[in-house]
Amino acid sequence: MTTTTTTTPRLAGLRDALADAATMAGRSLRLASRDLDAMITATAVPVMILLMFTFVFGGAMAMDIDYIQYATPGIILLCAGFGAASTAVAVEQDMSGGMVDRLRSLPTRPWTVLFGHVAAALAKNLVTTGVVFGVAVAIGFRPSAGVLGWLGAVGLLTLFVAAIAWVAAFFGVIARTPDAAAAVSFVVMFLPYVSSAFVPVDTLPTWLRGFAQHQPVTPVIETVRGLLVPGTPGAVVGDQLGSTALVAIAWCVGIGAVFAAAATVAFRRRR
Amino acid sequence: MTDAVVVAEGLHKSYGDTPVLRGVGLTLHRGEVLALLGPNGAGKTTTVKILSTLLPLDGGSATVAGYDVVRDAAQVRRHISLTGQQVALDLKATGLENLTMIAKLSRVPRRQVKARVAELLDGVGLADVAGRRVATYSGGMRRRLDLAAGLIARPRVLFLDEPTTGLDPRSRRDLWELVRDVVAGGTSLFLTTQYLEEADELADRIALIDHGVVAAQGTADELKRRVGQARVELDLADAADALRIRTAFPDIADTASDTSAASPTVALATDGSLAHVRELIAGVESTGVVPASWRLREPTLDDVFLTLTGHAAHAPDAPEPGTTITQEKAA
Repeated sequence: MTTTTTTTPRLAGLRDALADAATMAGRSLRLASRDLDAMITATAVPVMILLMFTFVFGGAMAMDIDYIQYATPGIILLCAGFGAASTAVAVEQDMSGGMVDRLRSLPTRPWTVLFGHVAAALAKNLVTTGVVFGVAVAIGFRPSAGVLGWLGAVGLLTLFVAAIAWVAAFFGVIARTPDAAAAVSFVVMFLPYVSSAFVPVDTLPTWLRGFAQHQPVTPVIETVRGLLVPGTPGAVVGDQLGSTALVAIAWCVGIGAVFAAAATVAFRRRR
Repeated sequence: MTDAVVVAEGLHKSYGDTPVLRGVGLTLHRGEVLALLGPNGAGKTTTVKILSTLLPLDGGSATVAGYDVVRDAAQVRRHISLTGQQVALDLKATGLENLTMIAKLSRVPRRQVKARVAELLDGVGLADVAGRRVATYSGGMRRRLDLAAGLIARPRVLFLDEPTTGLDPRSRRDLWELVRDVVAGGTSLFLTTQYLEEADELADRIALIDHGVVAAQGTADELKRRVGQARVELDLADAADALRIRTAFPDIADTASDTSAASPTVALATDGSLAHVRELIAGVESTGVVPASWRLREPTLDDVFLTLTGHAAHAPDAPEPGTTITQEKAA
């Protein structure tokens, strides 16, 4: 083995950082694609919940239309919660194994490591969401959106998944065990239940209504529902849709930015 | 010194109220191997983490490859590589994929990545299994791949933190061979170990660290000379036997040990040569004393510590590399 010549690596510029981010994303995706158990769980559980809500609870929901029209957007958000657990665990494993020391002793910026995990989370969610969506359509979900509506819904969901992935990355960095890291999914999955995902907010007890109305998941669901299935009861339309969408975007960008910054700082500080 | 690639002066570090480093000073010269030798908890890993920019220091200063580890951390990282105690590999990825990723992150020019990775896989003898996932590798193979990952960027200073802890003797020897090749190529090596034997095999100079202070520095021979020589230890039945042995070997028997104990042990100094050991055994037999058991002991890390720091090393999980012969006899 020859180690006589010394290559002085170029100064890291933005180009290097972007190349590193792409390398790390490729790595996280490769590892995720080989973790079949996690992929199956992240897909099967939302599908089961979809079937349960539609066929078990659906009959009891007194609505003018098929309950599946109402509940599908919420189920799709649940997928993000399941994906979050595997993202947090993957980050935690990097932190507790020897990998973090090697990566930090390389001329690589901390955020590129976490970005890799977030990018992989987006790709994984695309797959699981696609499957859940396919099942929903197969059992009667009939979106009536135009091209713009579709683009808007997919765009917002992507933003939401990215925000949740940064939350998961943060939990992964600060958690000391895989179990603790996985607990993030409880927080993320609980929120859709206390929102307008499965029941209209005005059916909730008064004291819960305030929270349900103003928590981040509700405007996201309302917007997706308004875009994909504008005919369902409670779906926001017209000007109201625009303002709800803005609130939803603000929540996602805000959560994403805060947790991305927090995760990066925690990554740098954790010893 | 102008050819120094690592200079540490008065390094202080505490975790909370617990001081871990209390003024560590070290120098590593270009092309040299320095072994930081000490038991668990002595401060070896903390020192390596500070020098490789992973930990901030509380006091003192350090430069690596001419750059300050605090102010120019980014520059330091371009000239070093760290292979830590835990293997830093993705088990679900293949050997090839692992090295390719590190090569890209280490800024190996894109067109050279493939050739460089192939060269390293070949160098550590893993070319045949490059396409297999690391999860299927043995412990020794993982360490070799990990070492290869540390070499990709052709670092000026390589930090190896306890590279052979947990390896079987054969894998350890294989890894030593690799490390020698690397050093022969001109890389300066900063090694930590809890094995005297390992420091002896690889290092030009040894720094003995204990409780966050460098207790002694020098070549292996210098340190060993200060520690003393090999000993034949005899486990005896009673004080009367101990007295007979001491009378028979007045010059080389140790007089410090307690012979009033139920089964005393008496040590006889030897140069460790076959001829001298044979002579000693004949001498013991001629006294008519039959030891319950006996062994030849080389100076161990414990002896080094006992002599140079005045207390025993606390490395309960370290094997005893110095115990070369052990023979039990029926009493």
